Amino acid sequence: MKLATLTRSLSLAVAALVFVAACGSSGGGGSASCSETKAKTATSASDCGGMDALIAAAKSEGKLNVIALPRDWANYGALLDAFAAKYNIKIDSANPDGSSQDEVNAVKQLGSTSRAPDVLDVGMAVALANTDLFAPYKVQTWDDILTSQKEPTGLWFQDYGGFMSIGYDSAKVPEIKNFSDLEGAAFKGKVALNGNPKQANAALNGVMMANLAVGGTIDDVSKGVDWFHKLKTLGNFSKTQATTATVKNGTTPVVFDWDYLSAAHGKDVPTWKVFVPSNAILGGYYAQAISKSAPHPAAARLWEEYLYSNEGQNLWLKGLARPVRQAAMEKAGTIDAAAAAKLPPVNGTPQFMSADQATAAKNYVVAHWDAAIA
Amino acid sequence: MGGRRFSLDWVGAVPFLAYVAIFLILPTAIVGLGAFFDARNAFTLDNFAHLSRSYIVKATIDTVAVSAITAVLGACFGALLAYAIATGNPDGLLRRLLVSASGVLAQFGGVTLAFAFIACIGPAGFVYLFAQSHGFDFYKNDLWLFEIPGLDLVYLYFQIPLMVLVFLPALDGIKPQWREATESLGGNTWHYWRHVAGPLLFPAFLGGVLLLFANSFSAYATANALIGQGQPMLAQQIAGALSSEVGAFEPGFAKAISIEMIVIVTVVTVLYTLLQRRTARWL
Repeated sequence: MKLATLTRSLSLAVAALVFVAACGSSGGGGSASCSETKAKTATSASDCGGMDALIAAAKSEGKLNVIALPRDWANYGALLDAFAAKYNIKIDSANPDGSSQDEVNAVKQLGSTSRAPDVLDVGMAVALANTDLFAPYKVQTWDDILTSQKEPTGLWFQDYGGFMSIGYDSAKVPEIKNFSDLEGAAFKGKVALNGNPKQANAALNGVMMANLAVGGTIDDVSKGVDWFHKLKTLGNFSKTQATTATVKNGTTPVVFDWDYLSAAHGKDVPTWKVFVPSNAILGGYYAQAISKSAPHPAAARLWEEYLYSNEGQNLWLKGLARPVRQAAMEKAGTIDAAAAAKLPPVNGTPQFMSADQATAAKNYVVAHWDAAIA
Repeated sequence: MGGRRFSLDWVGAVPFLAYVAIFLILPTAIVGLGAFFDARNAFTLDNFAHLSRSYIVKATIDTVAVSAITAVLGACFGALLAYAIATGNPDGLLRRLLVSASGVLAQFGGVTLAFAFIACIGPAGFVYLFAQSHGFDFYKNDLWLFEIPGLDLVYLYFQIPLMVLVFLPALDGIKPQWREATESLGGNTWHYWRHVAGPLLFPAFLGGVLLLFANSFSAYATANALIGQGQPMLAQQIAGALSSEVGAFEPGFAKAISIEMIVIVTVVTVLYTLLQRRTARWL
């Protein structure tokens, strides 16, 4: 870059900064203002002086720290970009491949320092175990969320979910019509999980799906662990973790994963199919929470408002995740019908693990998994 | 001793001691103390009792076995390769190529290395598909790349170059005149290796084995990218206890496993020192 150009861009940048700063202060100083202390304790947008005041306060903070949001997970890449562009807020996305526990560890370790996470997207086990770290907040569309899918004061509220599925590359393995097909010789060394079930929520649910498919109940995961032992003995279980890379190069042509994550492999592998066994429809939702010690409290609340707006919910839907307001939006006609039509078909009655059932499954898996697949 | 009354020689060591205190002793102390507390910060000895869980015992055996096998094999092959380099032209192209390649490959690990193997000889890798189409199916019975033998193979890929790097200086210290002296005194090749070069090189070789052992003992990312299930390595078990999102979060237990690893490495180091002392007596 030539010096003249550099000087010009620098002065432009300075001018832009001054302009933004001016906007920020005029917004914050308006009639309905939202101070930092107010934003920290606001349990709704109106506590903050309404949406306009919240937006102004978030803009003057100018930054939002998110954590453990992979860009290819439930369309988060598009959500992050759209939010940053819409409100001119810079997003710092830390440790995108981290686990829910990593998110909570970061909140504990970084406290209210400027790098600490503002908002969390966590599995239910972690959400329920760490409510003392969360600030209660109710988004404007709060009433659309079913009572069973939120903590009554707004400490956590479920955001999107889907069903456990078997994704497979139809060019490499025969079509899967029944769960027992996986025991066939054509699947030698080809069946993988997305992570370790002792550690990752998606993998634990994968074991539970197998459990339901072979006749186990949601209270007792032992038949699922036994089935994986059988799969290992047959030589069909692959011990490597399925990732976008292993799916793309064909190392893991059969993967147990959430349907919305699995369907995303279709971008790399056009012959990728997603199958939800009708006798084992296991649903699961993740939850949003705002950190009590969020360094950018207004931006954190605005992010939640954005995620639960029609725009945010439809972006999740485009990533094939089922947003929590889907039913309400279908009724109101605000759903992106084209995106909804692309969801993998599910025929049957879905089951969900309660907190106690998830704990029981976890305890059994932690004690028996390593030996079962050794 | 005794030149000056107030020696200030120790001042020079302060940066080193400070470095060791901050980056070695302090973390060890934090881990050591943390191992005595549960997730709710209450004092407990359970974390150490949990080390007897069957999957931790198995991980301990597997980790020590993988480390020992790759250390010994890596040291043997690395030493042979280093010997080939050392006996060649000291300014030759081969030597320069091999030494710089070893420098790069000794640091080549983690997800990149694991995926390089998966893409090459994995069940969808081009080498495997080529071999399979020519009637040689090396995964016929078992997908061993994602088992312990696969880990041994992948670890050797960085163990051998590391041995080349650490063993080459010792070989360069061996003077050709010593061999000539042996021969002029009537000794043959066996005498030379048994009584001259062998005893001189053995301590350096043992040191190499120890370094290689610690190198694979603490490796995490490579193992995790290759074998995500069953967590055969202790380092993976630590990660599991630290970042489980399904509720198996046991930070104290993770620290107890770390202490177990520190103890094992200490035992190996003590054994090495004893052996070193014994071999030094041959000189």
